[in-house]
Amino acid sequence: MNAADRTNLIRIMPAKGVEGSAMRTSHPTNDRRDSRVVVVGGGLAGRVTAWRAAQQGLDVTVVEPSDARSASRVAAGMLTPATEAVFGEEPLMEFGVYSASLYADFVAELEAASGVPVGHRSTGTLMVAFDRDDLAVLTDLHELQQRLGIPTERLTGRECRGLEPMLAPSVRGGVLASADHSVDPRRLLDALAAAGAHAGVHEVTDRAVEVTGSLRVHLAGGETLGADQVVLAAGCWGNGITLPEPVVPTLRPVKGQLLRTRLPGGSEPLVHRTVRGLVKGSPVYLVPREDGEIVVGATQEERGHDESLTVGGLWQVLRDARELVPGVTELEVTEACVGLRPGSPDNEPLLGPTRVPGLHLAAGHFRHGVLLTPATGEAMAQALTEGSLPSPARRFSADREDT
Amino acid sequence: MFDPHVDDPFTIAGTAFSSRLITGTGGAPSIDVLEEALVTSGTELTTVALRHVSPTQEGSVWDVLRRNKIRPLPNTAGCFTAADAVRTARLGREALETDWVKLEVIADERTLLPDPVELLEAAETLVDEGFTVLPYTNDDPVLARRLEQVGCAAVMPLAAPIGSGLGIRNPHNLELIVEQTEVPVIVDAGIGTASDAALAMELGCDAVLLATAVTRAQEPGLMAAAMRDAVRAGRAARLAGRIPVRRYAQASSPMP
Repeated sequence: MNAADRTNLIRIMPAKGVEGSAMRTSHPTNDRRDSRVVVVGGGLAGRVTAWRAAQQGLDVTVVEPSDARSASRVAAGMLTPATEAVFGEEPLMEFGVYSASLYADFVAELEAASGVPVGHRSTGTLMVAFDRDDLAVLTDLHELQQRLGIPTERLTGRECRGLEPMLAPSVRGGVLASADHSVDPRRLLDALAAAGAHAGVHEVTDRAVEVTGSLRVHLAGGETLGADQVVLAAGCWGNGITLPEPVVPTLRPVKGQLLRTRLPGGSEPLVHRTVRGLVKGSPVYLVPREDGEIVVGATQEERGHDESLTVGGLWQVLRDARELVPGVTELEVTEACVGLRPGSPDNEPLLGPTRVPGLHLAAGHFRHGVLLTPATGEAMAQALTEGSLPSPARRFSADREDT
Repeated sequence: MFDPHVDDPFTIAGTAFSSRLITGTGGAPSIDVLEEALVTSGTELTTVALRHVSPTQEGSVWDVLRRNKIRPLPNTAGCFTAADAVRTARLGREALETDWVKLEVIADERTLLPDPVELLEAAETLVDEGFTVLPYTNDDPVLARRLEQVGCAAVMPLAAPIGSGLGIRNPHNLELIVEQTEVPVIVDAGIGTASDAALAMELGCDAVLLATAVTRAQEPGLMAAAMRDAVRAGRAARLAGRIPVRRYAQASSPMP
């Protein structure tokens, strides 16, 4: 198939509301064989890929259903590679640290391009242990951080309460991760959508049901999009999309329930930075934002595509939050949320080309999608323009599962 | 290397197993790490919490068990009453098409110790409904006897509280349970490291069930190998017959 045929395929049937959209593109169109990109999924991975690809001069269309239930809209927005470190997942943590190092410049560029502030806060994270057993776990985590060269500081219980006076008196000790920040993922999504639109990204509101070997994307509404390259970025919802070959491992939905809360007007801040706690073996966090919102979460449950809010899930979050910061009882609940994190078999994201020519993945970000957004954008831009991944992302190549 | 004296199969409700290490899945950092640990351990029977991993979960531990031909043993972790546990067991039977259930009825969140009254009631109900019941129980010989009497297929006394890694706190009680029990005795919960598993087998237990000792170790695969070998070593030592303990030295060769 030659380039001209591909160009003709781009919209075999025009999607509603996008007729003639190619003429609205602000960037110069070109004849490169890779120029027409369809991104399936409008979460952070999809949106950052679309924006970065459009900046490279590619003609990008994002496909997202109107009832999309992206994990990005639920996430708390912790940028915390140090306090997320797990034994055996050191390379993932290094990639997280790398992505965190891109964040300040990424946010500055994105806010300038979109005009949308994304609520990036550089106030660090305090991780505390509630009892003696929790402290032993935290001690192991701190040793891992030291071994990996992550600058964190071990604090006594008294020092923790000096930083965060609302912590329960029983807190035994903690670790201050000064470089573990936060962002508001909903604003980040809005900013990426706005920046994408400015860069010429098209939108199709529909659900992708199949991607063929010739890179045609069939939509639930009956329409078909043609493309030179397709990026699958639909999180665990991608499991339902038919592919020419099984190039994606099943992404398990890992359910998280959390609460969005707000301090009553005029109150002093409850916490000054992200506070994570281990409470009798159970993890909990409070993520404060400039506008007074505090996100309290989260469960981690393996229940398939179950998106129910449960009494047990919310109780667990509230029980632990109340133990850690007794003052949470004064918070107003503004929203109870549930989302499905896309978990790959090794918890690592799947990025870049697959063995189906032209079909890419930006999926499987599990707990780390917000943190990995800048690095994902960088990796996917290179994947779509050069067919390869930059060195920090190479380990997370989408075709690593082929062996 | 297969050794007929060590790798003698043991049987639960008519099903023979050559591995005496039964594993749980809670606490693993990822599916891949869990799979490596389970395969390395050589386990043939693995328990999964029905309340924590739904049988409909895609890409989950259930898939790992299926592709490695490990028999699933659904459990009722997270249940606090007999009625709760019975309901959960029924859901598991329907979803997984197995009558086997590891019965857990927990008294409180702080200790996760079994509630003996609720446990016995749930065991009786489930046995009557045709389940093959493997109850997680206290290291109480009387309760173990009652569970056997109502028809449980094994008794599974704890070494120490779930997830504590404290090792065997009351070896004497375990010995009493082993002595009196006809069905298999499986030590369940509290194992911290390989020597704990070996000791359970030396005391005469038929098998060891453990989860977080492996899944939360810094290198789960390596700990799985250690547990596999410890269970075999402990079993061999039990069959071999240890020497009597003496208070004073006895030269291994006669003094000249």
